[in-house]
Amino acid sequence: MESGERSDRPGCSAYFEHDADFGVAGRGATVEEAFIQAAQAMFAIMVEPDKLRDDAQFAFEFEEPDLELALIVWLNRLLAEARRNGLALRRFALRRDGPRWLGAAWGQRWDDSLARGTEVKGATLTMLSVRLTAGQWEARCVVDV
Amino acid sequence: MDLKRLQQLDEFRWTVPLRAAEERAPVVLYGTVELLESMDDKVLEQAVNVAKLPGIAGSSMVMPDGHWGYGFPIGGVAAFDAQRGGIVSAGGVGFDISCGIRCLRTNLTWPQAAPKIDALAEALFRIIPAGVGSEGRLRLPPEELDEVLSGGAQWAVEQGYGTAEDLACIEDGGRVEGAKPECVSLLAKQRQEGEMGTLGSGNHYLEVQVVERVHDAAAAAAYGLFQDQVLVSIHCGSRGLGHQVGTDYLVSLAKAAQRLGIQLPERELACAPIASPEGQQYLGAMTAAINCALANRQILAHLTRTAFARVLPDAVLETLFDVSHNTCKCETHVVDGKEQQVYVHRKGATRAFGPGHPALPEQYRAAGQPVIIGGTMGTGSYILAGVDEKQNQAFASACHGAGRAMSRTQALKRWRGDQLLQELKHQGILIRAHSARGAAEEAPGAYKDVDSVCEATEKAGLAKRVVHMVPRACVKG
Repeated sequence: MESGERSDRPGCSAYFEHDADFGVAGRGATVEEAFIQAAQAMFAIMVEPDKLRDDAQFAFEFEEPDLELALIVWLNRLLAEARRNGLALRRFALRRDGPRWLGAAWGQRWDDSLARGTEVKGATLTMLSVRLTAGQWEARCVVDV
Repeated sequence: MDLKRLQQLDEFRWTVPLRAAEERAPVVLYGTVELLESMDDKVLEQAVNVAKLPGIAGSSMVMPDGHWGYGFPIGGVAAFDAQRGGIVSAGGVGFDISCGIRCLRTNLTWPQAAPKIDALAEALFRIIPAGVGSEGRLRLPPEELDEVLSGGAQWAVEQGYGTAEDLACIEDGGRVEGAKPECVSLLAKQRQEGEMGTLGSGNHYLEVQVVERVHDAAAAAAYGLFQDQVLVSIHCGSRGLGHQVGTDYLVSLAKAAQRLGIQLPERELACAPIASPEGQQYLGAMTAAINCALANRQILAHLTRTAFARVLPDAVLETLFDVSHNTCKCETHVVDGKEQQVYVHRKGATRAFGPGHPALPEQYRAAGQPVIIGGTMGTGSYILAGVDEKQNQAFASACHGAGRAMSRTQALKRWRGDQLLQELKHQGILIRAHSARGAAEEAPGAYKDVDSVCEATEKAGLAKRVVHMVPRACVKG
């Protein structure tokens, strides 16, 4: 584990150091689970997920055969759809069918009761990697805030 | 940064010697020993990678506030020649396209404003939409947004936000030619629907400042600035639309580079030749996002005037200047002794045209362009002036802020938002923040010393200091 990285338990979300922004990482038994955990890490920068209801949702799909670019598309599409729907997100689902990815997310509309964090503008290609190590998938990149 | 890897050119300029068989443009880093030592080694790595991109003109440069970015370093400046296969890079502009600062000068002195500063901070906090998830009162569906993307701040003035006098003091007159709204995705336009006239979060802010020190009396007079004067600085960019343009083209240009056989030292330098269809599409979309940012800051300037009018009805707020620090623009510069057009990427670097430049408003032409430098909410900020290009060899560019000295993760470990705001209040600085966590990430101690950065900027011949301002009230997202 790198200096500055924190992880509550193996196979979940983590952060790693970057000068101006945040490095987010997700780990899981499948690549989909790693992507979901990376999304959890990214959205937790903006709002505490435990404080959210999950009474609103959206779903989307995209095609991307390159695993690393698929992580970037997944995270950035979530950011865009969350903004378009005015939602703060707490839960995610993802299924992969060859190069086709089917995603969904749940959360609630922003309101004044929510303790706001820092807005994430986008997921970058910096320190981007998706790899299988010792039977566990890890997906990571730097997100711009 | 390990200075052993560098060769010192003069007191404030450093380079990286070429290794045997290494092919790239020169790299120039600006700053003092202390500032360079505080930079991560990744800054050097990124500046060297930029120097390897096709068609680079002159050097790959890093300003004194440089730090580790994505693709280009923050504080990175590089120009590319379209005639020699030069590229345009989405990573060289970033997600927050045309992030920049609008500075408003008022007719008030601090003793006149001080008794009302609490009420003013509160009014600004209520009127300026800020923070993650916030929306403005103005809602623009995608079909109406195209007018913003073509018209920039001129569109905003036509809608009643501000005056024509504002436009004369905005970079490019508030509207950049060459925008192609049709190259901006529907998702980007939908993402912007409720975000016109919003501040955002992170390092964005609206700050009431006071001129604490005049460095150059003649330039200060040309800019209408004086000791104890109250100013307002608004730091933000193109909001969701710009973020989505960056997102869309980062991936599509990464694929284009591969398809076009461009050897990239890092994938994050996603780019395409300026002359290619992909390059032209990105330039058109990025220019549309610049206009979106200029319109956004124009609306925020209008909202700022509304807040002042409620609390200090005799206040007059005029635009001193509005300049971006995340752009790529086609400009004319002298390269290898010859005047030519190049595409200048400034990623966390401010355009700083010198005296006599035809693009400057007449009232500033003798003094040079106002260069607005945002420091921190606890220390101070600067107005600099552009200098002659014989002095400034960085394609008329200067620093843009203090530059981070510590990561956000480290800042969160060191400071608590509520305690920090109390400490600043004791120092006479009122902070109105939508996010305690965000305030902690932006703690003044997490940044480099802005005084050192601006002194190095001046001594390196990039721009000269005109006035130093101290913060008195700040709205944070």
